[in-house]
Amino acid sequence: MTDEEAKKAILDSLGEKSGAKTKFYLKDFYKILPDMKPRDVKNIVNRMVGEGLLEYWSSGSTTLIGLKGAGKQHKEED
Amino acid sequence: MAKHKTPMLDDLEKGPWPSFVSDIKQQAEKGKQVLKDAPDDLLGVMELSYEDRVTHWKHGGIVGVFGYGGGVIGRYCDQPEKFPGVAHFHTMRVNQPASMFYKTDFLIGLCDLWEKYGSGLTNMHGSTGDIILLGTITDNLEPMFYDMTHELNQDLGGSGSNLRTPNCCVGRARCEWSCYDTQEACYQFTMEYQDELHRPAFPYKFKFKFDGCPNGCVASIARADMSVIGAWKDDIRIDQSAVQAYAGGELKPNGGAHSGKDWGKFDIMREVVDLCPTGCMWWDGKKLTIDNRECSRCMHCLNVMPRALRIGTETGASVLFGAKAPILEGAQMSTLTVPFMPMEPPYQELKDLIEKVWDWWMEEGKNRERLGELIQRDTWQKFLQIIEMEPDPRMVDEPRSNPYIFWREEEVEGGWTRDINEYRKKHQR
Repeated sequence: MTDEEAKKAILDSLGEKSGAKTKFYLKDFYKILPDMKPRDVKNIVNRMVGEGLLEYWSSGSTTLIGLKGAGKQHKEED
Repeated sequence: MAKHKTPMLDDLEKGPWPSFVSDIKQQAEKGKQVLKDAPDDLLGVMELSYEDRVTHWKHGGIVGVFGYGGGVIGRYCDQPEKFPGVAHFHTMRVNQPASMFYKTDFLIGLCDLWEKYGSGLTNMHGSTGDIILLGTITDNLEPMFYDMTHELNQDLGGSGSNLRTPNCCVGRARCEWSCYDTQEACYQFTMEYQDELHRPAFPYKFKFKFDGCPNGCVASIARADMSVIGAWKDDIRIDQSAVQAYAGGELKPNGGAHSGKDWGKFDIMREVVDLCPTGCMWWDGKKLTIDNRECSRCMHCLNVMPRALRIGTETGASVLFGAKAPILEGAQMSTLTVPFMPMEPPYQELKDLIEKVWDWWMEEGKNRERLGELIQRDTWQKFLQIIEMEPDPRMVDEPRSNPYIFWREEEVEGGWTRDINEYRKKHQR
């Protein structure tokens, strides 16, 4: 699977879930790309944040990741 | 004149102790911070929390600086109209210099920057060791980060599911017991794992800390997923004439630390030899003898008689894994894994070990499960297979209560199958 295909799979998967849950653990992304190594998935997810496709949410102790702009808190913080 | 009445907080200023309330009031009066109302409103919202007995802070947020997935934590007050100065009050975690050595001009520079962009309030230091800058608004995050990195050459630390800011004791800079250069190790590992430090990589937080000796001044054994604790392989060096000087009262024990009270005459038998946890020392009135094979490096004798006893010359570190697992089992200490490892740059042996551990934890760890919890859940035996180490009696915490090493079928002659008739010839039912 190429990086572009992996990104598309992530966006498609998160898009399907929109409306219910908007923030995900990094480990949830491993399930979207089961044939890739966790370290490679992590690198793709972090690149997608840099490209503005995804965004982090942090409680300080744990980090969650979701589609940029999705969820209630984004509106409050803008 | 204070903006809010804070009788309960004022009460905390009474007594002989330094008070964070006084510090915040001082910053409010000074008024040099760009967020003028932040200190006053912080006191106000805290007083309200004391009255209501609930927090008025919301949990977490999406803010950060570009390219980083850690080091900034979004904080918002749920009473923004009453306390506009802390409506947005984000925290920045800054990577502290190794061993927290500062030059005054650096501290002044950092405080000036934080007054330029934030509340002026700091927490020196957070429990991981970072410099905590308390309270700024989203628009000020990027300019603060730019100036801090360009003018002070200082970076953000870790937060969230990242590698957390590595931490080390004072090490060889000031301490004769340090068995390796903790500052160098801390710096090298910080630089090597920049990606893990600044972007989320793991199921949960991961901490490593570097103690130069078993005195453990950064308490790595209790607080780090990977604890690196200085150790020596050879014998404790003994200066017998200095031992006699301690025994005779010419040298003060513990570097004179017990001089503020009449502790009585120093008794080498009662205060050193009889306190040795493994009973590996003898004193015949003239000569101190140590059976170094039995020494567990508790450091007590070296601490009491530093001019007579010194660490060995073949030095390095012990590596332990798995401290701090508060959810599943309550707090736990790290478990000894590598009894001795040389600690010289570029520390390749230790880096290879960490990466094996991370690969396993990233794959098998549940969300918010610390490494120590995974080891408990998936067994120490599995952990040893992952890091390709053989079980060693020194890894056992409590004999007979944690028998976590089992034979595998391939290690047993004949495997698990047997000829029951042959067995019964020797063993009656």
